[in-house]
Amino acid sequence: MEDQDYPAFRAEGLTKIYGSGDTRVYALRGVDLEVPRGEMVVLLGPSGSGKSTLLNILGGLDSPTEGHVYFDHQELTAFDDQHLTRFRREHVGFVFQFYNLIPSLTALENVALVTEIASNPMSPEQALELVGLEKRIHHFPAQLSGGEQQRVAIARAIAKQPNVLFCDEPTGALDSKTGIVVLEAIARVNRELNTTTMVITHNAGIAEMADRVLQMADGQIQESRVNETPCEPSALSW
Amino acid sequence: MSRAMWIDWLRPLDRKLVRDLWSIKGQALAIAVVIGCGIGMYVMSKGMLVSLAETRNAYYERYRFANIVAPVKRAPNALLDEITALPGVRRAETRIRAGVILDVAGAAAPITGEIQSLPPFPQPHINDIVLHSGRYFDPQHEEEVLVLDAFAEAHQLEPGDHLYAILNGTKKRLTITGIVLSPEYVYAISPGEIVPDKKRFGVLWMNRDGLAHAFDLDGAFNEAVILTSAGTDEDALIQRLDNLLKRYGATGAYGRDQQISDQFLTNEINQLETIGRILPPIFLLVAAFLLNVVVGRLIDTEREQIGLLKAFGYSNAAVATHYLKMIGVITLVGVVIGILLGLWLGRGLANMYQDFFKFPFLLFRPPPDVYLVSIGFSLLVAGVGTASSVRRVMQLEPAIAMVPPPPPDYSRAARWLERIAPWVDQPSRMILRHIYRWPKRAAMTVLGIGMSMGLLIGASFSMDAMMFMVDISFNVIDRQDVTVNFVEPRNKRAIQDVLHAPGVMTAEPFRAIPVVLRNGPNVRREAILGLEAEPDLGRIVDTEFRPVPLPEQGLILSDKLAELLEIGTGDLLRVEVRTGRRPEVDLMVSGIVKTYMGTTAYMHLDALNRLLKEDSAISGAYLLVDPDKTDALYESLKNTPVVAGVSLQEQAQNAFYETLQDSLGTFVFFNTLFAGLIAVGVVYNNARISLSERGRELASLRVLGLTRGEVSYILLGELALLTLIALPLGALLGYLLAALLVHSFDTELFRIPLVISDSTYGYAALVVVLSAIGSGLLVRRRIDHLDLIAVLKTRE
Repeated sequence: MEDQDYPAFRAEGLTKIYGSGDTRVYALRGVDLEVPRGEMVVLLGPSGSGKSTLLNILGGLDSPTEGHVYFDHQELTAFDDQHLTRFRREHVGFVFQFYNLIPSLTALENVALVTEIASNPMSPEQALELVGLEKRIHHFPAQLSGGEQQRVAIARAIAKQPNVLFCDEPTGALDSKTGIVVLEAIARVNRELNTTTMVITHNAGIAEMADRVLQMADGQIQESRVNETPCEPSALSW
Repeated sequence: MSRAMWIDWLRPLDRKLVRDLWSIKGQALAIAVVIGCGIGMYVMSKGMLVSLAETRNAYYERYRFANIVAPVKRAPNALLDEITALPGVRRAETRIRAGVILDVAGAAAPITGEIQSLPPFPQPHINDIVLHSGRYFDPQHEEEVLVLDAFAEAHQLEPGDHLYAILNGTKKRLTITGIVLSPEYVYAISPGEIVPDKKRFGVLWMNRDGLAHAFDLDGAFNEAVILTSAGTDEDALIQRLDNLLKRYGATGAYGRDQQISDQFLTNEINQLETIGRILPPIFLLVAAFLLNVVVGRLIDTEREQIGLLKAFGYSNAAVATHYLKMIGVITLVGVVIGILLGLWLGRGLANMYQDFFKFPFLLFRPPPDVYLVSIGFSLLVAGVGTASSVRRVMQLEPAIAMVPPPPPDYSRAARWLERIAPWVDQPSRMILRHIYRWPKRAAMTVLGIGMSMGLLIGASFSMDAMMFMVDISFNVIDRQDVTVNFVEPRNKRAIQDVLHAPGVMTAEPFRAIPVVLRNGPNVRREAILGLEAEPDLGRIVDTEFRPVPLPEQGLILSDKLAELLEIGTGDLLRVEVRTGRRPEVDLMVSGIVKTYMGTTAYMHLDALNRLLKEDSAISGAYLLVDPDKTDALYESLKNTPVVAGVSLQEQAQNAFYETLQDSLGTFVFFNTLFAGLIAVGVVYNNARISLSERGRELASLRVLGLTRGEVSYILLGELALLTLIALPLGALLGYLLAALLVHSFDTELFRIPLVISDSTYGYAALVVVLSAIGSGLLVRRRIDHLDLIAVLKTRE
């Protein structure tokens, strides 16, 4: 049923307000957006510009105060909690800034945690191989470096073969060298599995690897730029 | 005043304290309640113990309760001077005391009672009475009597009412002039019974001359009562009294320790002391453990804040004091809850005691040191429980504290654990590894839950044990429906007369004689009960509850009596008979049998009569009665002059059950409540701590698409597993606690068997499991509301 030309995500007039009365804060102010299938999108912007809020809403973790979000042909904003859980379970992979691995499970088991409940997963070994960690699969998080932990997190996110991969500051806690290894893993997944990928960062350098760059400020998309010649992560520097 | 306003008055660190406490209010309250239960139990038992003891002492003092009672068969009044002259006697008086059968309007069954003489006004100096209502009798009117308050209340008797009594074979109509209390009958119980039955045991007081006349004791007495001087050697005085009164048929003088009412009262005070010694420390131990876990965890989460405070220049002591204040506040809230609870329970208990113990007054008034001990001991226990956490606060280096702790390392899991790991799913592996990673905490949780279950069993088993004891006593040992005591021993042929009474199907004779038993320094004033060789009604049984036939020769002793005399089978025991020709012989102990009540010695009836050199006399009979004809039998017994006392098994059993339901039932209810609170306290605190430790982990699993149920399983599955492990431990702890209680309640009056029914184990397990489920649901609500967005950004 997949329609290659139909965007992976479509958002209309997304507004998100936190608090009420005097303490009202606008996190998003009427965002319209289309994310084509298989693209690598980088969301740039300073703290508080609304990029995390946008990603949370697209990922089914949060709901907008106003507006609609469509994933394929379904309206996410009409889902209840149970449906949102199923949506995340079947279609979405998340990578967090601080990895959020389960310390009591090995690398392999952290990935298996997700593949056990997915409908069409790759094997955990395969996922770990994709991020170059085939030799470390039986190590616990405490025995892995930060970069390795983040690559386990990526393997965990993509092992279920999600339609979309959301990465919130995936290199934020890493040095540049390690960060590039992690970005290579993300780029490889995007390329080889054709996974629509959205990466949040405030590091403008990373934008060079994206197909599309969204510049956010004050809860609005200031600029949407298509990068005709995305470069390899190994060519990046910051 | 709103919170925001008063909080401004506090220093910043104290504001943090208030807000921190507010944020853990559920857990803090759970801990405070556990402390409160322990302290409440302590205040109640200690306060009641002191109140009872003080009330008793004041009562005895004011109404001059005799130190020694010396019963005789008949002695001339002139002997009083000789008794008074004995060294150690401060004052002595003589009186007449006898058993009577009472007949009160509206009561079908005959009632056993006692009647005592009183001097014409003024009242006696020793064993004075408290006139509750009505007036003292008029010495001119021989039919006027005073009646014990409890009995009057049970039969709604008032001054001016009448009742009948068989006095030495003659039925008399008596008029009540006053209702009284007496220090001799604080616990008004018929000899040989275990619970008081206000309806079935009555005491009357009558003018001395009238009673002397009725019992052919003109110019004579049958009991001397003595107040001793301070510092008197009571044993020596009793010896002298026995020597002096030997000629007059003395059955043996005895002190307060053998006086039945005082024995029960002392027993109750000892039980309160045991409860106060065993149970509160268990509660406080659990509270200490909870504080240890909660405060320890709080300090872990506040590492960086601690480092920051130290970096700003707060001293180690100032930071440690901050946490000590938090512990202190929780503890003191617990103590306040406990004191209020203890006062409330104590007042209730005092009301309940008023039903059993007839004091002119009984106020529940704990002495001030009870409160001081409560506060001091709670703070001490809390301090010990949290010492290691507070020490960790002191030792944290600011620079290290401000760096987040390294992630927990799960790589060194046990090999056995890894072997089973492939067989279980990832969430179950998380559970197993988490338990393995923090074995001490898991062990403490198991122990805490186990303790709550143990406490439940320890509290509830007494009901099983009592029921078992009653069942054995009434259905295996004493199987008769009615016991009849004659005024004087009669020839064995009298059994034929008894058999002819209406409704009597079987009659079995017995003979009871007063004796003094001596084995070296161990001396006991007891009764020997002579029975037929193989009795069918009043039986004796071994430890397996099989009937034991009585040997032709020798004595069979109750196990408790053998223990008190420190004597075993095959040993010789000195027996001094205190009736008839008063022979003194050495008899062999030919067996020891199981008894739960009293300390009796048994002999073959014929052997007993041979010993007394009397020809087959009996002092009463056990009867089996046709249930349809009991009323006719009762009517006949009420009018039989030779009968001095009648005891009815069914009514005794019912009285026992009623007492059990009233007193023990309440006790079990509160203990169940307390133990349930402990279980909730332990499980809830653990679940909350796990949740705060692992909230981020669980929230990221939710983000990854695990459902609420799947995430809850990881946290609550662990608690469920620990609860399951705790159940057998709880059963074991319960058994041990029950054994400890059985041991400490082992007295001459009665012994509680260590019997715990399956349903008690089941009930305790059920309460624990339900408490765990309740706590689980409380925490589950929080899991459902985990902040999924925060985890994406926050660092541990």
